[in-house]
Amino acid sequence: MYREFADRNFVIVAVALDTGGADAVRAFIRPSEPIVVPAPMQAIMGWSAEQYAGAAAPTYPCLIDERHVVAEQYNMKNVPMAVWIDEEGRIVRPAEPAGATDGFRSMDRKTFTLPSDIADAGRASRARYTAALRDWIERGAQSRFALAEEDARERVAGPTATDALAAATFKLGQYLHERGEPELAKPWFDEATRLSPDGWTYFRQALQLEEVGKASGPEFVARLRSLGERRYYEEIRLDPTR
Amino acid sequence: MAMAVTVIYDDRASGASSAVEKNDELWLSFEDLTASSGWEHKPQGLCLGDRCVPIPPSRRSEFVAADGRFNLAAFARYVEQPVVHDAAAGVWLFGESAALRGQALRSLEAPDFRLPDLDGTLHALSDYRGKKVLLLSWASW
Repeated sequence: MYREFADRNFVIVAVALDTGGADAVRAFIRPSEPIVVPAPMQAIMGWSAEQYAGAAAPTYPCLIDERHVVAEQYNMKNVPMAVWIDEEGRIVRPAEPAGATDGFRSMDRKTFTLPSDIADAGRASRARYTAALRDWIERGAQSRFALAEEDARERVAGPTATDALAAATFKLGQYLHERGEPELAKPWFDEATRLSPDGWTYFRQALQLEEVGKASGPEFVARLRSLGERRYYEEIRLDPTR
Repeated sequence: MAMAVTVIYDDRASGASSAVEKNDELWLSFEDLTASSGWEHKPQGLCLGDRCVPIPPSRRSEFVAADGRFNLAAFARYVEQPVVHDAAAGVWLFGESAALRGQALRSLEAPDFRLPDLDGTLHALSDYRGKKVLLLSWASW
């Protein structure tokens, strides 16, 4: 999709929230071998082999945000989240899940499969999001998906004072971790997660710093399960009137 | 007794050797105050560039001590900035207030940032002014 629109005054700016820095993200941005995507994820994404090959070597800027600065500035509590910014640098859609849904939670973790209706719904959500994005790229402010200022403003949730405290708490943990004191960092990471229970970037980044792969490990699965009926990705309200 | 602490302010860490800590109070010499946070103590209050925050006369003793030190932690709380402090590590971190972050977002002016790519080349969001931008967060984890 990016190639299709790259010459139409459109750019993707991808930001990796990764305290692990360049070493943590290199294999994703510039893979030496094809990235293996688990079958259930493939089912949700619904990409062709060519699309995966293209995605594996992005030509748009891929930036590395070791301190999670962008997450704090734009109040993103999960990934992937996306913001639409127009030619004048104005936000026309504040942070929201970029087509991602909770479908992956229905994966059978033994057989590693996803019910086909869930996979279909996941693909449909992505397709709706991409279509909306396409419409905005083509029609700009005339697109119904470019929110009016008051609607965009109304959707900016927070941050609350607790969010700001959680951000500072997480940052102190990061600093101590960077300084080579993971045992001092840990209680601050735990406190950030306690203050911000839906701050998945804090929870998962801290797990990953303990051990690569832990961000998707048993602790994550257990916390995900404890959500029950509550959402992991907030609902995407593409339609401005909703 | 003065001691050395690390102050992290605006994501910048600096050492302050004049610190006196009392529970959740951090007293710094005026010199360390300015060196670590940028705030300057002036007759009209505490100033950062053009912005001055008057110190209420009735509460002056909470902020300014007779020994010429200023309580940066109390001031941060006064302007509703989050403060976290690891006593064992001797580190104080001052975050951004929710009000300022919220105001910035609700202005709908996209907050700017400058970050490196894999080669270390810095890119600012504002470098892409004139184009539509899909700002997309992701993570390796």
